[in-house]
Amino acid sequence: MEQQDLSKVDEIIDKYESNSESLIQILLDVQNEYRWLSRPILSQVCERLDIPMTHAYHIATFYKHFSLLPQGRHPISVCLGTACHVRGATRLLDRVVQAIGIEPGQTTPDEKFTLNTVNCLGCCALGPALVVDGEYRSNLNAKELADIVASAD
Amino acid sequence: MSTEEREKQNSSERQTRRAVSDRRVEGVTQPIAPAVEAARQVELTINGQAVEAWEGMTLLQAAQSVGISIPTLCHHKELSTYGACRLCSVEVIRGRRSRIVASCIYPVEDGIEVLTESEKVAKHRKIILELIQARWPWVDKELLEKYGAQPGRFEEKTDFCILCGLCVRYCTEVKKANCLGFVGRGAERQIVIYPERAIEMCPTCEGGNMGCRSVCPTGTMPNEFAHTGPRFGKKLPLAYPVKSYSEDNVREVLHTVGDWRMPWVRSQTMPGK
Repeated sequence: MEQQDLSKVDEIIDKYESNSESLIQILLDVQNEYRWLSRPILSQVCERLDIPMTHAYHIATFYKHFSLLPQGRHPISVCLGTACHVRGATRLLDRVVQAIGIEPGQTTPDEKFTLNTVNCLGCCALGPALVVDGEYRSNLNAKELADIVASAD
Repeated sequence: MSTEEREKQNSSERQTRRAVSDRRVEGVTQPIAPAVEAARQVELTINGQAVEAWEGMTLLQAAQSVGISIPTLCHHKELSTYGACRLCSVEVIRGRRSRIVASCIYPVEDGIEVLTESEKVAKHRKIILELIQARWPWVDKELLEKYGAQPGRFEEKTDFCILCGLCVRYCTEVKKANCLGFVGRGAERQIVIYPERAIEMCPTCEGGNMGCRSVCPTGTMPNEFAHTGPRFGKKLPLAYPVKSYSEDNVREVLHTVGDWRMPWVRSQTMPGK
């Protein structure tokens, strides 16, 4: 794995004045920056805050929001809630899986996409719905999906 | 009142309090001093017996100070309180309200009535023991019989570790070594080893007899570090893979150190203290 640039981690920690009580907030900001928490990143955080690695892992594995695995630049969440389900969410999911070639919970090797399923997006009227890059999309067909895949960097 | 006078009064007050406290703990091995100097005194009843305690003490300490024993598991007097096992649950009655609390973390309060062996408490302890038993079948027989706990109520998953956190707290607080830690949440919660730390710290911990083993009530720890027989099946995972040495490699280093005997944690002996 190539060496990660950890200067942003330092910047974020400086912003919180190296206060170990702000650990969760620091991890949130770091994850926003790097998309996931790699071991070098966590080591750096621990070193700067003078806390043991056990503590950082305890927190990072407790909250579902934190990811210890690489995440794609474009997260895709497919809704499998009841309303979407009866409107054909499983077929939509199949189309997405085919379009980007990974199963739910996985990230493409080029770290372009991460596919996840969720239980409700709160927009049942749009069902079957998915969110890509924060944008809510309704009942995408194969061509629209192909466009998304092609236009993503 | 001048400052001097006030100080004099304060100190004499403190002395009286100490005297009270000394009298109270007579015959108890564990001396119980007020947690904060000149702490406020509170009065409560435990099993109908009037008990004087200091603000900041826990119910468990108050009960122990008058010789009432409450079964504990994850509690250790040398470690921070944790309240994980709930075995020390007692019933606290205030007015007409009654509730079950973990006595090892519940602070004493004025005027509460505590029952350590009520029907409600026994029911809770029975379930707690059955839950522990489903993970680790060798629970103290006396305790099981006392509360009528039967095996088989909960799905058995003998992965040995009951997540009492004694080893983690020992490693973190007493040894300050940070070789062990919790990861995950809920049903996925487990204890993992931090390989770099373990390689560095464990071989010299307690002269090679790693203290975490002697606080582990179940024998999960010794199994991890030195295989002691078919009874121990589970292996603790590493927190993360390490390139420079494999998982077996770490285990081998830890395997070579020390012999292991399995004391039951309630002996409350703490190595290195």
